[in-house]
Amino acid sequence: MKNIMLLDLFLSFLQIGCFSVGGGLAALPLIEEQIVSVHHWLTADEFAKLITISEMTPGPIAVNSASFVGARIAGVSGALVATLGCILPSCLIVSVLAWLYLKYRGLRLVTSALKGLRPVVVGLIGSAAYSMIQSGWFTPAVLSVGGVDIAAVGLSLVSFFVLRKWKCSPIIVIFGSGCVGLILYLLSLCCSGV
Amino acid sequence: MKCSFKTYGLLFLYTLKISAFTFGGGYVIVSLMKKQFVDKLGWLNDDEMLDFTAIAQSSPGAVAVNASILVGNKIGGILGAVTAIIGTVLPPFVLLTAISYIYDIFISIKAIQYLFFGMQAGVIAVICDAVCGLFASVWKESRWLALAACAVAFVLVAFLSVNVILIVIAGIIYGILLYRRGDEKHHAA
Repeated sequence: MKNIMLLDLFLSFLQIGCFSVGGGLAALPLIEEQIVSVHHWLTADEFAKLITISEMTPGPIAVNSASFVGARIAGVSGALVATLGCILPSCLIVSVLAWLYLKYRGLRLVTSALKGLRPVVVGLIGSAAYSMIQSGWFTPAVLSVGGVDIAAVGLSLVSFFVLRKWKCSPIIVIFGSGCVGLILYLLSLCCSGV
Repeated sequence: MKCSFKTYGLLFLYTLKISAFTFGGGYVIVSLMKKQFVDKLGWLNDDEMLDFTAIAQSSPGAVAVNASILVGNKIGGILGAVTAIIGTVLPPFVLLTAISYIYDIFISIKAIQYLFFGMQAGVIAVICDAVCGLFASVWKESRWLALAACAVAFVLVAFLSVNVILIVIAGIIYGILLYRRGDEKHHAA
């Protein structure tokens, strides 16, 4: 019985790994279909909670859901099997692409294609920054003024300044701003305590 | 590239560290990888990182996993790719497996919400920093067509939610049409 469950988990996350192109939130409908509609591993409400957790924790959303759902259904071995299923297509397809890239990137056709693509990719990363600003700054969470969370804006601007000016490690900056978040929490405790 | 045991160890540690701090999707991990592997270590160059981003984004699967395969493979072949995948998958795997046992309690803790609130603000700064650095290199080339391509891609995805794969395909066609007729004087791959 458990073996069938593990096979089910593997196959369904294999599909998610194969067909989720575009990453992140683009993969969400596919993951929801497999986990909620097809297999009933989570209810719609539990799935929404999983998304919240995924946004708050590191890692790709597909790997997060694989580990989470796998562990809920069949313990650690379930998490392992689901995660493997989820990354296996990537491993195969991207390894072939990596090999092709290193072999053929000297070709004129390929260099021109890549050269045209680079500024486009910069634009894509810019749009990701834009959507993160949308959700981080304009979703009131801590200290909002007219729909803008000024605590988040201030913290981002200070972090940005620190990064540009002193070129320090981004991980230190992320960790540091997390600590500022905790300090804000303690302050809010003090304020409400008075 | 010849790789020592130490290189694989470092690759594992760096991908582990980067993955543990990647909140909010594939482009953030790409920004962190650029900072670590391009700016700090010089194991890759800017162009390679952008190419890897395009490939990772247009292949099936999670962008972070795809990017780590490409980076690992470039640095240490197949073994490098395996090392980088393990480093990238381990933090979310361990964390989410653990959280699955306690998730009701976990998301109701106020302090954790504030911690993540702060970290998200920091992540915004990190990705904006990466965009500034990359945009500066597009700017320096001073080709208005490249700037236009960058702006058009941004507007199409940010405001009109056009499918990213279509944008990448369009970028490839645009590059082939534009650079084919031999004006690539300074590109020795």
